[in-house]
Amino acid sequence: MKILVSVKRVIDYNVKVRVKADQSSVDLTNVKMSMNPFCEIAVEEAIRLKEKGVADEVVVVTVGSKACQETLRTALALGADRAIQVEAEDGLDSLSVAKLLAAVAKEENADLVVMGKQSIDSDNNQTGQMLAALLDYPQATFASEVVIENGEAQVTRETDAGLQTLAVTLPAVITTDLRLNEPRFASLPNIMKAKRKPLEVKTVSDLGVEVGCNVSIVSVSAPAERAAGIKVGSVAELVEKLKNEAKVIS
Amino acid sequence: MSVLILAEHDNKSLKAATLNTVMAATQIDQDVHLLVAGFECQTVVEQASKVVGVSKVLVADNTVYEHQLAENISKLVVELAGNYSHVAAPATTTGKNTMPRVAALLNVSQLSDVIKVESPDTFVRPIYAGNAIATVTSTDPIKVLTVRITGFDAVASEGGNAEREVLSQVIATEKSRFISEQLAESDRPELTSASVVVSGGRGMGNGDNFKILEGVADKLGAAIGASRAAVDAGFVPNDLQVGQTGKTVAPDLYIAVGISGAIQHLAGMKSSKVIVAINKDEEAPIFQVADYGLVADLFEAIPELESSL
Repeated sequence: MKILVSVKRVIDYNVKVRVKADQSSVDLTNVKMSMNPFCEIAVEEAIRLKEKGVADEVVVVTVGSKACQETLRTALALGADRAIQVEAEDGLDSLSVAKLLAAVAKEENADLVVMGKQSIDSDNNQTGQMLAALLDYPQATFASEVVIENGEAQVTRETDAGLQTLAVTLPAVITTDLRLNEPRFASLPNIMKAKRKPLEVKTVSDLGVEVGCNVSIVSVSAPAERAAGIKVGSVAELVEKLKNEAKVIS
Repeated sequence: MSVLILAEHDNKSLKAATLNTVMAATQIDQDVHLLVAGFECQTVVEQASKVVGVSKVLVADNTVYEHQLAENISKLVVELAGNYSHVAAPATTTGKNTMPRVAALLNVSQLSDVIKVESPDTFVRPIYAGNAIATVTSTDPIKVLTVRITGFDAVASEGGNAEREVLSQVIATEKSRFISEQLAESDRPELTSASVVVSGGRGMGNGDNFKILEGVADKLGAAIGASRAAVDAGFVPNDLQVGQTGKTVAPDLYIAVGISGAIQHLAGMKSSKVIVAINKDEEAPIFQVADYGLVADLFEAIPELESSL
């Protein structure tokens, strides 16, 4: 079984986000970039399926500029077998990315696509679902447990109401939630080895996909700051303030 | 043109998230329709037709829709979408699961987590865990959106009188099958619609200690939430998680107990009207957003708070 994992290079989750003065976007110059945390979980899950003998190849793919090769190397160091970079401008919209991933999934004839449920930059939570729709594959989003058997994936999903378990026939798209696994760290020998693993570059036109989108950004602004509050000295004072000042309890 | 909303329900009752989504829709257009797709969901249909601001309720009641699988619900929505300028759902796990599929099938973008309607084609949504706010405009022929319910007040659940239309489409899906469900049982209000939320973080120490929050929650009629740190540590299940990757809440009163205030947690609760933080570390970032901060050992402060309420 072949697993395709898509990964995204995003601002590191520890970095404090700053909006550009001209309000055009977020300032990403000289900012530490990393693999999106949900994508790390996706890579880990695919590698575990390979280690269990369920999968025999893990191919990792990203859509973006040359800098994204770094993210692919990270995935290779974690254990993916080979990588594909679809050369495109950074920050492409989700539907275009889903179309490019669909073309790669078809070309690769992947049995399963595993990807993060959302990226921590655009916070859209949609590319996996769009990919599944374009391929007419079933989907299991927000996965916290994945079991592959008899040509289907049994996936436990994190929902607002609790947990839901679905069985989807392969090929399918699974998107990962936080509790699916705890990603490993790459060892130094594996980082060295990753440099020699195959990394193929494809262009958007190679894949025969038209990209572009009808949504444009008007402005990006910093959120309204909350005015700093006060410290209270005791529980009694807190209760008094909540009753008489904030009037949120009676 | 009109707005179609995918109603959030569990076949037994209409969920409050739908009411906030109707409010967002009425700011786009006055003609708002609700789609109730489910199985044996007659009570939901009745509740839906009373929602103020809804002119029509479309009913797809069939066993194939029982578990609201994204695969067939999205196709059903797409069949109806041609009559609408906008298709929306609350940004719940159900809405987030289904709507991107709808958008892809219509070959349009999805605008996720809309918190404000500027005009029928311009919307505001948070990005980077709410550390930046984007205003976006769309020229797509049909706009597909999910609505963050904390961005909009709820419309009244009673007082309307919408007409009903029964749909005949039966769209089955062979590729996805429901197996089981483990619902979090609770007598407390729903986390996302509660007017008071008491949340615990890593400072709670373990899952058993979450019990001490219950007394306070009981007295305030509050829902109980948790930070991602507490969920990751296995103290409580994930459906309690408040934050960028969990639920977004905006109650009248949010009490953060033993929560340091990581960016991703703040993303889920900083629109709350009044925030109280109880933490023994006076440097904890949560105090920067709290209206009232109490530097104290939670294991002493919480029992005292309970007895003084």
